[in-house]
Amino acid sequence: MLLIKNGRVVDPAIKTDTIFDVLLDGERIARIGANIAAPNAEVFDATGLVVAPGFIDLHCHLREPGQELSETIETGTQAAARGGFTAVCCMPNTTPVNDNASVTRGIVERAAAKSPVRVWPIGAASIGSKGEALAEIAAMKKAGIVAVSDDGRPVATARLMRQAMDYSNALGLPVIDHCEDPSLFAGGVMREGAHSIRLGLKGIPAQCESICVGRDVELARLTGARLHIAHMSTRASLEHMRKAKQEGLHVTCEVTPHHFTLTDEDVRYDSNYKMNPPLASREDREALVEGLADGSIDAIATDHAPHHPASKDVEFDRAPFGITGFETALALGFSELVHSGKLSLMRLIELFTAGPARVLGKGRKIAEGEPADLTIFSTDRSWTFRAADSPSKSRNTPFDGRAFRGGPIATIVAGRVVYSQPLATYSAD
Amino acid sequence: MLQRLQHILDIESLNPEQITFILDQSKPFQEFQRHPLKKLATLRGKTVAVAFFEASTRTRISFTTAASRLGADTMNLQAESSSLKKGESLIDTVKTLEAMRPDAIVMRHSSSGAAAFVAERVDIPVLNAGDGTHEHPTQALLDALTIRDRKGKLNDWNVTILGDILHSRVARSNIHLLGKFGAKITLCGPAMWIPAGLERLGPKLLRTTCIEKALHGADVIIVLRTQTERIHEPSLAADEFILGYQLTEDRLRLASSDALVMHPGPMIRGLEIDPAVADGPQCAVLEQVTNGLAVRMALLYHLIGGAPADAPHPAKERSNAAD
Repeated sequence: MLLIKNGRVVDPAIKTDTIFDVLLDGERIARIGANIAAPNAEVFDATGLVVAPGFIDLHCHLREPGQELSETIETGTQAAARGGFTAVCCMPNTTPVNDNASVTRGIVERAAAKSPVRVWPIGAASIGSKGEALAEIAAMKKAGIVAVSDDGRPVATARLMRQAMDYSNALGLPVIDHCEDPSLFAGGVMREGAHSIRLGLKGIPAQCESICVGRDVELARLTGARLHIAHMSTRASLEHMRKAKQEGLHVTCEVTPHHFTLTDEDVRYDSNYKMNPPLASREDREALVEGLADGSIDAIATDHAPHHPASKDVEFDRAPFGITGFETALALGFSELVHSGKLSLMRLIELFTAGPARVLGKGRKIAEGEPADLTIFSTDRSWTFRAADSPSKSRNTPFDGRAFRGGPIATIVAGRVVYSQPLATYSAD
Repeated sequence: MLQRLQHILDIESLNPEQITFILDQSKPFQEFQRHPLKKLATLRGKTVAVAFFEASTRTRISFTTAASRLGADTMNLQAESSSLKKGESLIDTVKTLEAMRPDAIVMRHSSSGAAAFVAERVDIPVLNAGDGTHEHPTQALLDALTIRDRKGKLNDWNVTILGDILHSRVARSNIHLLGKFGAKITLCGPAMWIPAGLERLGPKLLRTTCIEKALHGADVIIVLRTQTERIHEPSLAADEFILGYQLTEDRLRLASSDALVMHPGPMIRGLEIDPAVADGPQCAVLEQVTNGLAVRMALLYHLIGGAPADAPHPAKERSNAAD
């Protein structure tokens, strides 16, 4: 038994923001309430800290199997635990692609042996994510996938997307699409605009994403199936989502911390500013923050995309897309959204918990009988992120050395403290 | 007194004083090109690594000649013969060069930002000889020297740049440089090569697809090469380009009567420029080439010469001639 004492329990699912104790018994939550007496329980003193439902990351790349130079399930999930995540959904663009049950089982078994957090694999929508024929989605579902996606690229054609949506919906799985029009993308490396022109870097217009979101919304209407838009980055895409939601279509979307923090104006000749979708315009970033606040956006997802230094420390246009994201996600949420007064703490927590859970058709709340997954964090302690100290195998982040106020303190998965921040590393202020 | 520049990576970050200083320093080197014995001892014992990761003839020869006329030795690396083909990274290649102890690296690369990327990772001066579609600073400096010579001053001209602006590093460097000297610059070309956002590169920039409008009253015309190797989009038919954008004698008459015509080369006669214009008295293409040597000598001398900025100019010292 583990008793979390005196924490500020904030849970949007049960509409609670109160100082409570939470008693964990084995893998489940036993009780929640004031002044719980549990003489035999181990005590975690959460005084001054927030106790939230366990965070879920809908979008990450753990690189295993096949790309272990950049990350493994073990190292990636250790970084996830440090970031406060209790469950992470790993994208299927591994080597080989997770497009069949045997690869899925391999990931699930590896995670069971090595991961401190829950790993929920996402299966490929098409064989090899090549966009030609549907992957073995039902078999992968049996093996443990929670969604399908050809992430890294869009589901190639409207016809295949339609099939994937129809078929997956019958299995109770959402289709997650990485939206981009390949012909508009055409060799681009950053968002098209005055800044791409100034830097002489090939631009990708914003419409590259929203054209594909528009296609997918039309198909959601046609099929009635569940559609989730990955790492959405533009105002126009958000407008598609808003209209689709008003119409009652089953659509959801996520935004990454880097897209609500940085813009194309931040891009320098440093491949840690190169990601796909690229950092958007200031206007788009403002629209995303509005969408996060007003509920049009369902989740914050990291798109943790580790690349080993040798592959990333090259000319900007030759570097792979992507940055790491687990350990800075919550802190960026504070600095960009909560401390700036744009979002309430409750809403921020929803974007990490009930929001992503809903996308997957799951629940997530602090209540008796629920899985004992909790994220405990501080809203005000000062700390500095050091990429070199990360358990991740990769260092590709533009946030190295950034000072933050607020961040993860402890991560509890199935009743076990899988990570706890040594308080000494925080400076008192 | 002007502080020594560590690298020459772009024009954007230089101020007018620095640019004027470089042009002033180039002037005696320009006269020096007419000297019968074109060899100084100023950089004797120094080595300049000339690393070209992208095909080029004229700029490479210009830099190696500039180094050699200053008395420096050169180490030449060309992409075709380099280990890049064997999969070595840019940084490993450059570090290997640096380990042979050159005093500066002159580099050209097809990736925008490559020179800045290298400059952050080596301890010697880096001179950008063209990076992708970003900048080509020595071209803009030699163009400025040419304008100053031909027209008596550098400030406040009406400048028209013609062609594929979007993919031109020459255009970017010229826009930055001339913009710092009060130029009113008109960018003209097919619509997809002068996209919105270009006008935010500098203070007084106009975009137009109409060549007649662009040339009206122009004092300086910079004709760009149509860089087919950098165009990711479906390219424009040559005839279509000629119809709309070739600088012809008729069109040139719309500009000021003494308008200066420049081209960074290599020039394709009959495509972007009418041969009659290319060979006409207003065209300064060959002077540009000679001025390129002068500017590059001035920059190499500035970066690795080690002399204070107010030292006597090496090209003016007879005693400096090599034996």
